[in-house]
Amino acid sequence: MFGLLTFQSFIHGPIETIPELMVVGGGVFAVLLITYFKAWGKLYREWIVTVDAKKIGIMYLVLAFIMLFRGGADAAMMRAQQAISMGPGTGYLAADHYAQIFTAHGVIMIFFVAMPMMFGLLNLVVPLQIGARDVAFPFLNSVSFWLTAAAAMLINFSLVAGEFAATGWLAYPPLSELQYSPGVGVDYWIWALQIAGAGTLMAGINFITTILKMRAPGMKLMQMPIFVWTALGSMLLVVFAFPILTVTLGELSLDRLLGMHFFTTDLGGNVMMYVNLIWAWGHPEVYILILPAFGLFSELVPVFSQKRLFGYTSMVIATMCIVFFSFVVWVHHFFTMGAGADVNAFFGIMTMVIAIPTGVKVFNWLFTMFRGRIIFSTPMLWFMGFISTFIIGGMTGVLMAVPGADFELHNSEFLVAHFHNMVIGGVLFGFFAGISYWFPKFAGFRLDEAWGKRAFWAWVIGFLTAFMPLYALGIMGMTRRLDTIDPSMGWHPLLVVAALGACIIGLGVLFQVIQLIVSIRNRERLAAGGDPWNGRTLEWATHSPPPPYNFAHIPQVAGRDAFWIMKKEGTSFQKGSYEDIHMPTDTPLGFVIAVVAGAFGFAMIWHIWWLAGISLPIIIAIIIARSLSTHIEHVIPSSEVARIEASYKQS
Amino acid sequence: MNAETPKVTFGFWLYLMSDCVLFAGLFATFAVLRGATFGAAGVGDFLDIPFVLTETMLLLTSSLTIGLSLLFARANNRLLTLAFLAATLALGFSFLGMEVSEFGKLIYENNGPNASAALSSFFTLVGTHGLHVLFGTVWMLVVMAHVAVRGLNESTNRKLTCLALFWHFLDLIWIFIFTIVYLFAAL
Repeated sequence: MFGLLTFQSFIHGPIETIPELMVVGGGVFAVLLITYFKAWGKLYREWIVTVDAKKIGIMYLVLAFIMLFRGGADAAMMRAQQAISMGPGTGYLAADHYAQIFTAHGVIMIFFVAMPMMFGLLNLVVPLQIGARDVAFPFLNSVSFWLTAAAAMLINFSLVAGEFAATGWLAYPPLSELQYSPGVGVDYWIWALQIAGAGTLMAGINFITTILKMRAPGMKLMQMPIFVWTALGSMLLVVFAFPILTVTLGELSLDRLLGMHFFTTDLGGNVMMYVNLIWAWGHPEVYILILPAFGLFSELVPVFSQKRLFGYTSMVIATMCIVFFSFVVWVHHFFTMGAGADVNAFFGIMTMVIAIPTGVKVFNWLFTMFRGRIIFSTPMLWFMGFISTFIIGGMTGVLMAVPGADFELHNSEFLVAHFHNMVIGGVLFGFFAGISYWFPKFAGFRLDEAWGKRAFWAWVIGFLTAFMPLYALGIMGMTRRLDTIDPSMGWHPLLVVAALGACIIGLGVLFQVIQLIVSIRNRERLAAGGDPWNGRTLEWATHSPPPPYNFAHIPQVAGRDAFWIMKKEGTSFQKGSYEDIHMPTDTPLGFVIAVVAGAFGFAMIWHIWWLAGISLPIIIAIIIARSLSTHIEHVIPSSEVARIEASYKQS
Repeated sequence: MNAETPKVTFGFWLYLMSDCVLFAGLFATFAVLRGATFGAAGVGDFLDIPFVLTETMLLLTSSLTIGLSLLFARANNRLLTLAFLAATLALGFSFLGMEVSEFGKLIYENNGPNASAALSSFFTLVGTHGLHVLFGTVWMLVVMAHVAVRGLNESTNRKLTCLALFWHFLDLIWIFIFTIVYLFAAL
């Protein structure tokens, strides 16, 4: 009846029981809280059924922050383990549990923190910046989000029933094959990623279509804000990279479920093919995350330097160069495979080449700041924190691009320090900058500056304290993923410093929470109005938060920095008579599809074949029913538009 | 033309391109593993050119019939549109029947997908294409119901266009399978 799932699956050791109880307790607490505030109806009507890109964007951000706490807790546990574990059996975590934690940490931070943060910002900003009322396929957008959320729930449920993969975040075979990982952990990993990946691919198609087909009249490609350009580049990478992930995960699950031999050690399976395939997706994935961060810096640096962006055209060319080159560097993740000097030389040189367009961007931002009247607001601080740390990460990356050096540094703590340098210093600081920059747009009030700055300094100092020692440890020979450390190696002092750094980062997170609470309490005083930063692009040309239809009048674009031109010519906020507006109608089907997809994933993990057998046809039936439905659009009458617009003027 | 059609057609092209990458991954896997037979049969051992050629002709003909169906839809002839869709469906099912019999025979002879890495990659590549065809036939039934009930309008025409694109795309993938999987094995 329940496949491999038995009562025993819920029984764990004493330490694993704590997060299990936290997940169950958190779920119960959330249900009680919603019931206490009688918020079920509101939750359903305003959030679950919504197809409004702005609300979906906010839900992506909420998901990302919930999962950031989960991934952050994993990180804290690892730092604590390495700081106290001196010799076998001296830490508080068993080796297998430790392996599950570092796997979950990587998977969660990339797939369920960084990706949702990026899609949150894209949903909030891209339609507004191109002067559109929504994305191209609003229903698909809702499906994408809920699939991501369902996959995140699946990962969290692995704390309750069964276990998670203990293989590292990319689950290299043969370790991830049935022979060496007979439990359900790897299957949780596979199906969470398949479901989230399907959502991501659909979102990619959605945003490319939105950007190429729905720009406001007059907006030529070379007049798009750079954030839109980088979103386009990132989504192109999604569409061309994620199918490779689908294939790779699919082949691994065929090995595990049907006894095939793609990556097994017997009957001709080829382990290195897996490593090639997964990195052919994995390297573009890094650029999927970093490109939108580059884009949003290109938006906020001009605004806070009070100058137009230096080198717009070179920024666009650099972005597209990165899109291309990101597909020809994947072997640098495993120079040690033994592909030979020629292959390694090619991929090493390509890796160094990709630093050039990135360098172009850095210089463009610096020249934008040059002789500007810089406002040192929180978003700008995040930018400057980014550029200082990112350059360190860039240089260590180019260092490791030399295959000879990489043989020494491969799989060492040096590598761990390098990619955290890129992902925290680059992606995360970038998204924090973007969130504090655009927060007034979607909330209607600014974030508190004082607590924002405190959070920034805690994050930067914490980051440097936590990760600079890892560079040194890598050079001292410490490999990654060690659950226990030999005291004679002399690594202990630096590991304690790193753990201290993690505590300071935790302080930064605490300050961010305080910042949010303080800002909500002072929202009257922090009220933003449409254009709080003296912005240059179209998202600032409408109210904050924008009405459901974004713009009462679709703007006419006359050039780059469209809103800036309007302000100069005095044509911004001009109002004429209002027209009826067609908007997509809310539907719960996206949520339902995701719930059934989650059930399908769960059934595949636990071999509950009857559930798998009915859930796929249900999804197909829902899609067919949706195709028959004709009530997918409704009209907001001009009188209602006039009423909404007037209500903004009063407040 | 309403604003929906160019968006849907463009978005669908993007989906097809992503599917193309998916098949590229499967082709790459097959190219790497095709020699890893480990005592089980390779494609060359069970190759039956007339059989595969018949499969190919069935699919190619179905591309013609769905093209004709689309032409009649443009000419607003509901009956012939449906008739040619039905013909396409019949050809699609015949193709699937042949594929299932080929797979069944191989599995019966202990040359199933778990016999060797080469056969794993063979079954997965050809089978994924087959699953796409199966999905296409289900979709075709839905579109036929749409056309039968609602007639030929902008919405049903759009669905028909996407379906035809999908079907031609599967044909194209099959040409590559025919060449790379089957004909290369005959060399």
